[in-house]
Amino acid sequence: MPNLNINGRSMSVEAAPDTPLLWAIREQLQMTGTKFGCGAGLCGACTVHVNGEAVRSCQTSLSEVSGKKITTIEGLSAKNDHPLQKAWIAEQVPQCGYCQSGQIMQAAALLAKNANPTKEEVVAHMDGNLCRCMTYSRIQKAIMRAASEMRTASTGTERRAT
Amino acid sequence: MNTHVKITSDIESADLSRRSFLVGTAATGLALGYSGVPGMLGSDQAFAATSNFDPSVWYSIAPDGIVTVTCGKADMGQHIASTMAQIICEELGANWKDMRVQLASNDPKFNDPVLGAQITGGSWSTMMNFDAMSRAGAAGRMALADAAATAMGVPKDELVIRNSSISHPKSKKSMTFAEIVKSGKITKTFTPDELKAINLKTPDQYTMIGVSVPQLDIPSKTNGSAKYGIDVTLPGMVYGKPITPPVRYGAIVKSVDDSEAKKVPGFIKAVILDDKTGTTTGWVVAVANTYANARKAADALKVSYDGGPNAKLSSESLLNEAKRLQSLDDSGLFFVKDGDTAAAFGSAAKVLEAEYTTSINIHAPLEPMNATAQLQGDIWHIYSGNQFATRSGAIAAAAAGVDPKFVVMHQMWLGGGFGRRLDADMMVPAVQAAKAVGKPVKVIYSRENDMTMDFSRPLTFQKIKAGLDGDGKLIAMNHDVVSAWPTKRWGIPDFLTPSVDKKGGLDGFTVNGADFFYTVPNHNVRAILNEMAHNATPSGQLRSVAPGWTFWAVESMVDELAHAVGKDPAQYRIDMLDGKGANAGGAQRLRNTLLAAMGMSGYGTKQLPKGEGMGVACVSSQERASASWTACVAHVAVAPSGEVKVKKLTVATDVGTQVHPDNIRAQVEGAALWGLSLAMYEKATLKDGGIEQTNFDSYTPLRMSQVPEVAISVISNGEKATGVGEPAVTVIAPAIGNAIFNACGARVRSLPITAQAVKESMKA
Repeated sequence: MPNLNINGRSMSVEAAPDTPLLWAIREQLQMTGTKFGCGAGLCGACTVHVNGEAVRSCQTSLSEVSGKKITTIEGLSAKNDHPLQKAWIAEQVPQCGYCQSGQIMQAAALLAKNANPTKEEVVAHMDGNLCRCMTYSRIQKAIMRAASEMRTASTGTERRAT
Repeated sequence: MNTHVKITSDIESADLSRRSFLVGTAATGLALGYSGVPGMLGSDQAFAATSNFDPSVWYSIAPDGIVTVTCGKADMGQHIASTMAQIICEELGANWKDMRVQLASNDPKFNDPVLGAQITGGSWSTMMNFDAMSRAGAAGRMALADAAATAMGVPKDELVIRNSSISHPKSKKSMTFAEIVKSGKITKTFTPDELKAINLKTPDQYTMIGVSVPQLDIPSKTNGSAKYGIDVTLPGMVYGKPITPPVRYGAIVKSVDDSEAKKVPGFIKAVILDDKTGTTTGWVVAVANTYANARKAADALKVSYDGGPNAKLSSESLLNEAKRLQSLDDSGLFFVKDGDTAAAFGSAAKVLEAEYTTSINIHAPLEPMNATAQLQGDIWHIYSGNQFATRSGAIAAAAAGVDPKFVVMHQMWLGGGFGRRLDADMMVPAVQAAKAVGKPVKVIYSRENDMTMDFSRPLTFQKIKAGLDGDGKLIAMNHDVVSAWPTKRWGIPDFLTPSVDKKGGLDGFTVNGADFFYTVPNHNVRAILNEMAHNATPSGQLRSVAPGWTFWAVESMVDELAHAVGKDPAQYRIDMLDGKGANAGGAQRLRNTLLAAMGMSGYGTKQLPKGEGMGVACVSSQERASASWTACVAHVAVAPSGEVKVKKLTVATDVGTQVHPDNIRAQVEGAALWGLSLAMYEKATLKDGGIEQTNFDSYTPLRMSQVPEVAISVISNGEKATGVGEPAVTVIAPAIGNAIFNACGARVRSLPITAQAVKESMKA
């Protein structure tokens, strides 16, 4: 019975080791924010973080993530207030919303490493995530807004520290 | 002309106008809604049974002042639930922070007041619900004001109502909506006449309509908490994965060997569907304790098929059949028959002909089709995001073998609709699997099931013959449209349009748009059913439906005509949008959007580099009776290889009245990019009776890196609010095709546009 370190908690899952992480998260752990879109790593709807990297949970088996730190949309922030989540609301990004958990998780992995991405870097990083409602330009704007907020916040923290 | 909307409104709006509007105190607060039974009076009767949550009301106000609007529309990203709340909020005088939305069941009380059914599509929702929602809001405000006036002992007409509060400035008394609801029993019934007599706000009095309030559903879509159909969990539920046949339609299951599947842990049963509705053919469902195991079991099942009558058909066969039908004089039915085209062609100075095609297109909403079915006592409960709850409930009932009154549809948020969720195929595997295993079953299509079993936009073939007089003026047009007939498949006669010569019912949803607003004195449009395509590729309604192909042909042809007579294509259009006769008003609005798009894009004002060009198109999608006015100028660069880069799309759209400006921009941009995706990137093909594309590697909607600059101008001129979710889809392809011609002289007549086709046309 695999054990998962997910959103800061250790949870055991009744599933075979070759079970895709996606279905364990959605069915066994009842966290349905991570979505099924294609089952083939082509759309990005199922994106979660494994040790901080954005991965497609439909293409990741439970055996591959044992002992690793998994984060889903539900665990991205304590109060749904990650700068990206706030930016998504400020820019009114979602239409149907189905892809947006994956979009946000994909973007969060980028901003964790690069808080000042260029438009080209954003596009290159996000191009694997389909949005059938075509909210792409708002996604871009929201990522830039969140990046800006994160830079301001981190500058603020540094100032306080000195 | 397509009179479908008119027909249903004659029957159904009369129904709602006979209903009283009830305001009553229920255990949970104040409940407001139209009486379920026409003519019934007395809110006591309506609300007597309301001891807890009762979705049979349009909205309610809880003792804490929270106003919850129940939306009978499918919300697939157009934020229609939020928009309905906004319209109610305007007249009610509530604070936006107090507004909430929930989704309705398939109770007929939530039927569209105009359409008389629960159906969402056609960009109809805002237009058809504005009045009823406004009156519902106003009636609530009046009931609250009555109660407040009594409680405060002040004259009703001295009250000021806003931000969920009713105040009396003279006495400085005030009560919040919450306090009024808590204060006791409010009971008020509006007769239909009283309801009709309510003076609604005029646009200059609006404080909510026209304001881009934060959409109520958006926060839940940033943290994973919004519940879609696929997220439903019921106690004791098991999972189903369809095994769909290699042939899109007509296959029969010969045998199922489950010996390998039985080795999959958790496998419960392979269920062969017996679909009396004919929605599916040759389907099997693998049922297991988890979806992962159901997928494994599905892969392990060995199913053998009789491929049926369509097993040899291909896109080529469908196209050849379309061409054959078009060439026959007696094919099809007339959708438009104005003047005498035969005589006009006889006297024309110039006659041009051209053929246009569009490929099969797949909806592919990102949430794959799914449904969860549960039998409780005699009642089937179905959980699924659906655009046509009225029909889906009937299909579910037929699959279960019960009367539709024993089916309750539970609406969920839709992970994309685009017309796909007007269809109800997913009800059949869910219901029959649940029946077979005696447990609730959630059936989820794989992406491969979803793509190969789509109710697709049909392959279309159109031929236009145009006659010009000595001045180059278009005096005659014969336009033949050959396609599968998506709406005919529904088997609902009201949805068919009588032909102009009363020879039969035609599917207006295959020819809408061909009845354009240009003045062409002699004009025929024939709707021709391609029976072969109709049977082999059961087609559906894909975002904007017919105008997605009719304007591709018309707007390309008009461009060809302008060039043939040496006129500027934009000016040529403007000359034909003279607003004569039945085109009065509409033609001028369309002209104005074209002028706006031309102005914004700098059309004709600058010399473009070699290999670049601009093209225009203007459309009145969707139906003439519910037209919206949209124009586009596309700016493209074409490489010698034929490779097309769309540099910019400039879209102007006249929406009459803007309820939510930011949402309109979001919808128009999404629609325009859908148009681009269909024009350049999406193509499905039929081979050996099956759709060849199975996932997003071979069927390739637009990605972020392919998004060009999009400029949008929304014209709000005080006319009635129109739909905005669809028209911009239809204007893009012809604008791009025309821009390509301007850039390099290559005329492309087939969608999607490929580099190869552009290059070949350059040589020709």
